[in-house]
Amino acid sequence: MLAFYRRLYPFRSIFGWLNHEHAPTKLFTHREFAFTLQGDIYLRYNSFNTAEDLKKQVCQLNPTRFEIGPIYSARPRDKKTVRPTAFTPLLRELVFDIDMTDYDTIRTCCSGADICARCWVFISAAVRVIDEGIREQFGYKHLLWVYSGRRGIHLWISDKEAMELTDEQRRALVGWMMVIQGGKEMHKKVNVRIGSRPLPPSLQMSLSNLVDVFGDLILEDQDCFRSREGWEALLHLIPDNNVVETLRKQWEKDPDRSSSDKWGDLKSQVSALVKGTPKRAALKAAMEDIILQYTYPRLDAEVSKHRNHLLKAPFCIHPKTGRVCVPVDPKNIDNFKPEHVPTVGQLLRELDEVTATVQAEGAEHHSDWEKTSLKPYIDMLDAHVMALMEETRRAKRKTDMSW
Amino acid sequence: MFSARERYSDVKESKGQVEQHSHLKYPHRLNFYDIPPVEDITIEEFETCAIDRLRVLAEIESSFARNRPYDELKTITLAQCQKHLPLHSSSAHTMDLDSERRRDHIGHFVLRLAFCRSEELRRRFVKAESALFRTRYDSDDHTERGEFLNSRDFGWIKVQDDERDLYREELAAAAPITKEANADGGNYYKVKWTRVPDLVEKRRVFLKGGYAYVPSREQFSIVFQEFQMTLNKALEMTAKALPRLDEDTRIVPILNNLSQGFLAGVSSEWSTASAAEGGGITADMVEDLARRHFPACMRNLQETLRRDRHLKHFGRWQYGLFLKVLGLPIEEAIAFWRKSFSNIQEDKFNKEYKYNIRHLYGLEGKRANYPAKSCTQILTADQPGSSDSHGCPYRHFSPDNLQTALLSMYSSQGLTAADLPEIMSTVKAGHYHVACTRVFEITHATRGVKKGEGVGDGESVTHPNQYAARSRELERGKATAVKVEADGDVVMG
Repeated sequence: MLAFYRRLYPFRSIFGWLNHEHAPTKLFTHREFAFTLQGDIYLRYNSFNTAEDLKKQVCQLNPTRFEIGPIYSARPRDKKTVRPTAFTPLLRELVFDIDMTDYDTIRTCCSGADICARCWVFISAAVRVIDEGIREQFGYKHLLWVYSGRRGIHLWISDKEAMELTDEQRRALVGWMMVIQGGKEMHKKVNVRIGSRPLPPSLQMSLSNLVDVFGDLILEDQDCFRSREGWEALLHLIPDNNVVETLRKQWEKDPDRSSSDKWGDLKSQVSALVKGTPKRAALKAAMEDIILQYTYPRLDAEVSKHRNHLLKAPFCIHPKTGRVCVPVDPKNIDNFKPEHVPTVGQLLRELDEVTATVQAEGAEHHSDWEKTSLKPYIDMLDAHVMALMEETRRAKRKTDMSW
Repeated sequence: MFSARERYSDVKESKGQVEQHSHLKYPHRLNFYDIPPVEDITIEEFETCAIDRLRVLAEIESSFARNRPYDELKTITLAQCQKHLPLHSSSAHTMDLDSERRRDHIGHFVLRLAFCRSEELRRRFVKAESALFRTRYDSDDHTERGEFLNSRDFGWIKVQDDERDLYREELAAAAPITKEANADGGNYYKVKWTRVPDLVEKRRVFLKGGYAYVPSREQFSIVFQEFQMTLNKALEMTAKALPRLDEDTRIVPILNNLSQGFLAGVSSEWSTASAAEGGGITADMVEDLARRHFPACMRNLQETLRRDRHLKHFGRWQYGLFLKVLGLPIEEAIAFWRKSFSNIQEDKFNKEYKYNIRHLYGLEGKRANYPAKSCTQILTADQPGSSDSHGCPYRHFSPDNLQTALLSMYSSQGLTAADLPEIMSTVKAGHYHVACTRVFEITHATRGVKKGEGVGDGESVTHPNQYAARSRELERGKATAVKVEADGDVVMG
């Protein structure tokens, strides 16, 4: 682990990503870092002047992971010396967390901490919807998606405007994005319509993307409605009792019908109704809601709502899987394979091999990660940082000109 | 005194935007209070204006505390305004409009001085003032309101026709122009979405590239947000300026009195442990008490806890605080949770959950004395996620699950299937507290609670601890026969 921090962890890039320019600003120096040490010891309110300081401390403590918090009005390490009112969170990347456990009620392949290539499709559908929504509707540009190392994915948005959002505005944004709501005991978790009006345009757009996912993933791959439990859950979402009864009878006679056949049964029931009647419209709407309920991203809302929430830093190691939390390209999300993400053990082996050859050649080795399979991921972060810094430069030049 | 007030006005005057285009000093009924009064004011006027306004604001606060719907709040507030702080529209020529509006203006600024001094006071003042502004805005004459809106720069961009045509479909789906609204011209205004978070949260606008397209009917949201924001900023500035005010002894006592009046005006909160009455509760008693006295939300949490041997974060928070206020001391609370989380290893419990419990009791973290969650908070804050069990069953359960749950919880106390239709219809109408109150009445019928009596004097349930406290009170009352309420004391039999 220590060797990983000392030789591979991209402190420079992380610094640039948090700081938005080369010279350290408050964005870095007033930023909270929290360390988790061996034996679950948790150290909060650390802050550092430079990337080197951070690296030194990380190498000294050798934490199992560390988390990044907000920028406070004072240096977090001085927390005890300033008045509590003078210590408030000011800025923070807007973050999202999608976790596979929230899909436990619908996925049929695994549950709990497990994840396989089949469940990853839920995550990639979610990433596409959120990524497009944030860019289109909110106009943010600097989005960094990071694999959480096991069964989820994080999103960090570093646009200046997004960093400045208040908790209230964050709550509103989450409200806009959240569709799946209601506790364990609530069957219908999608309630987004006002009366019998059509879906809001943002969801209409997501829906058109999700229809295919619903067909491939829910009906074919996961086959969610094959079991009795599965199709009873589906029937609970249909507002018309006659249709429910007909379908239940039909399916009880032939319980082994595949999910797409059952979905087809529902479709034909609906199209049998007279066009233009409110009953048919209500069922059509219910079908749209069902598609959303099964495929729309399920967000862990609490993470996004408050500025002072801590989130694991990119490139940390997941303690259970040993995988590095690497950035993910949303355009290429379908080809991302969690099981291909390098583990810390693998990287250190690669490093040993490289060191052996380099030592034979007698050359220096400054940035060791260049020679490992971590390279493409760090390059991805660096490209992201470049764009951010360019933006800061442009904003600065603009203020200079106006002066 | 006035030197300081003038200094304060210097800060603000740069923002002055009220145009003086009529013969009136205050051309509009509505006021954004951008400019403080800069004339001579007698001490007496200073005080009376403030007290009259305070009466109105106190009524608004108590309406919030009672959870009144907006329409009711509006009627009450307007009536209260009529009594203490009349404000007529500009068409009422016979009235002395300027003096009415001047009183409104002065009162507002005096209260600013009184309520800028702590975070808590500022928050409440902004809330009450915004509600007052909203009721006035809603009751304002249509053209006068238009004039008022034009008199001040709100920083919105009117959406041009070609842009409106481009997004016609999206706009129609997100925020349709209804027939009545068409009379206003059916315009849309473009603002940064961060200025209308309430509309965004409910998806009532069309969003594109960070801008929200607000239909003219929802224009109020922008105005309202702006009002709250400027008032908040101004209060913070006033708070900073206040200590530097060269003050004689005339004003500070008045200000102190005013802010205290506001504090005392709210109904009692269920924030302190009521351990004194009825003696301490021990960990072993909780389950039995739950069966006899707890409202459905807490029964559900207790049952989930027993079944899963675990509760998720917000569940622990809701139930833990409830038990604290019920009178469960900290040692017993740790014992109770330890016993309930029987699947969890000792060291894991000590590491992960004990801190949590101590936090609830104000022994860790920022050491705050957290009050138990009221029904309003349970209903509206921290909506349960897909595997959570906290929240209000009347609201967060699906109807058939709620019916089953109610029957299994309360049938031993006299609830029958015949009672369900009535309860379910109130639930369907969204009156969750009414449903809960009705369940209380049914399950306490043997103790002499009649329909409509609620948790005493016809009050409905507003807090889970109120429910439990009243239920226990009734039980004790029966045990000691009529030996109650001679001097308000309850004696254990």
